[in-house]
Amino acid sequence: MNKNQRNADYLIYVENQSPKSGWFVSLFRAFIMGGTICCFGQMISDVLKSFYPTMNLLTVGAWVNIVVISLTIFLTAFGVFDVLAKYGGAGTFIPISGFANSIASCAIEYKKEGLVFGVGAKMFYVAGPVLVNGVAYSMLVGIIYFVVSLF
Amino acid sequence: MKKQGKQTYVLSSGVSIVAAHTLVGTKEKHGPLANYFKDYFTDDTFGQPTFEKAEREMLLTTITEMLKKNKINIDDIDIYIGGDILNQLVTTNYVAEQLQIPFIGAYSACSSVTESIALASALIDGNFCGKILCSACSHFSTAERQYRFPLEFGNQRQAYSQWTVTGAGCMLLSKEDSACPKVTKICFGKVVDYGVLDLANMGAAMAPAAADTLHTFFIDTNTTPTDYDLIATGDLGKLGSDIFRDLLAKDGINLGNNYIDCGHMIFNEDEQCMQGGSGAGCSASVFSGYIYTKLKEKKFKKVLLLATGALMSTTTNQQGDSIPAISHLIMVEA
Repeated sequence: MNKNQRNADYLIYVENQSPKSGWFVSLFRAFIMGGTICCFGQMISDVLKSFYPTMNLLTVGAWVNIVVISLTIFLTAFGVFDVLAKYGGAGTFIPISGFANSIASCAIEYKKEGLVFGVGAKMFYVAGPVLVNGVAYSMLVGIIYFVVSLF
Repeated sequence: MKKQGKQTYVLSSGVSIVAAHTLVGTKEKHGPLANYFKDYFTDDTFGQPTFEKAEREMLLTTITEMLKKNKINIDDIDIYIGGDILNQLVTTNYVAEQLQIPFIGAYSACSSVTESIALASALIDGNFCGKILCSACSHFSTAERQYRFPLEFGNQRQAYSQWTVTGAGCMLLSKEDSACPKVTKICFGKVVDYGVLDLANMGAAMAPAAADTLHTFFIDTNTTPTDYDLIATGDLGKLGSDIFRDLLAKDGINLGNNYIDCGHMIFNEDEQCMQGGSGAGCSASVFSGYIYTKLKEKKFKKVLLLATGALMSTTTNQQGDSIPAISHLIMVEA
């Protein structure tokens, strides 16, 4: 048997042997965790609006982000956030909390390599690809929007 | 020493493992092998500013404790052979600088412990050296940083992943003919690559290497699994050991209850560790803590240890190359 065939057979066998994460449990946990974070954000928004009825929606949104991000960084620094994330998965990663955690955790981890080549260079180690993708897809959508608006 | 078959070497009179010592972290201490891990530490930073320094301190402490307990003078040791899983073997290299004796770095990732012992046995059996110090270690927090993500980054682990052991093990091998357990045969493994790409699935990547070495050893020595009291693989984890059993069964070798995997038995089964432990410190600590003790008590008479190492780097993995693996075997008799 040649090596490629042997490896291909082996990989199929390994795939069948390897335990999978239960998708229903994962989805349910993500739903609970993601939902809780979003409800929390909504709560901050509602509280702000009740205190300052004249505040415009953009400012309210900015305050919600500031609070969620600060809280995430706080929880990351105290080693709590990764425990929540292990439970919540995408439910904690998709809201802005995941983005804040990815930057804060890198900053903490690489602080030991100094401020320039440590924190400075590696702070966006995990968040970088998210940013690049965000910008790239925004450009793509922008071009489509432009082309569509011509007609 | 003479060669037997393709890859196996029979030592002429056996090389004594006169002392062994291990130091592990809290998680390992709370595992099923707690009774065999006498020394442990609760602060995983070891009082150091970085985890890399902590790992060095852990290894140095393990070695100095062993020397102190057995009243051995460091200057009586001819060579130090050891390895770890960090880039450029930094942990072992820095510790070797502290010890100030001739040093050979041995890298085969998590198979470093058996590689070191096998090389040391050959050197001693060939009358080149009298005493050789061997070690291997790993630390969860340094391995996580080098191979995966920052510690506080919130992500989920795959159900087939493993948890790097925080621990160090060291042994002193000597020519003197004592009642201590003896290394009697060694078998150097080949690098085997079955095309596994997933860094989280180390067990699947390393199982073929271990199966290859063990199969060759059985052919070389004309023995079967029942001839041994214990056959231990290094850190295949639960999934990896199941695959290992299957691979050998295909070749007509059926492993019985005398087969264990150090990675599978070091931790309690929970959501964090998934398939069990991994890392160079895994087989090193289980060997010098559990297996060595049992050998000394004569509970085990003939033991095969096959530490298993995955030889990729994060760079080769990101470039799409699969994970090559190796497994070196040592046979120890009480």
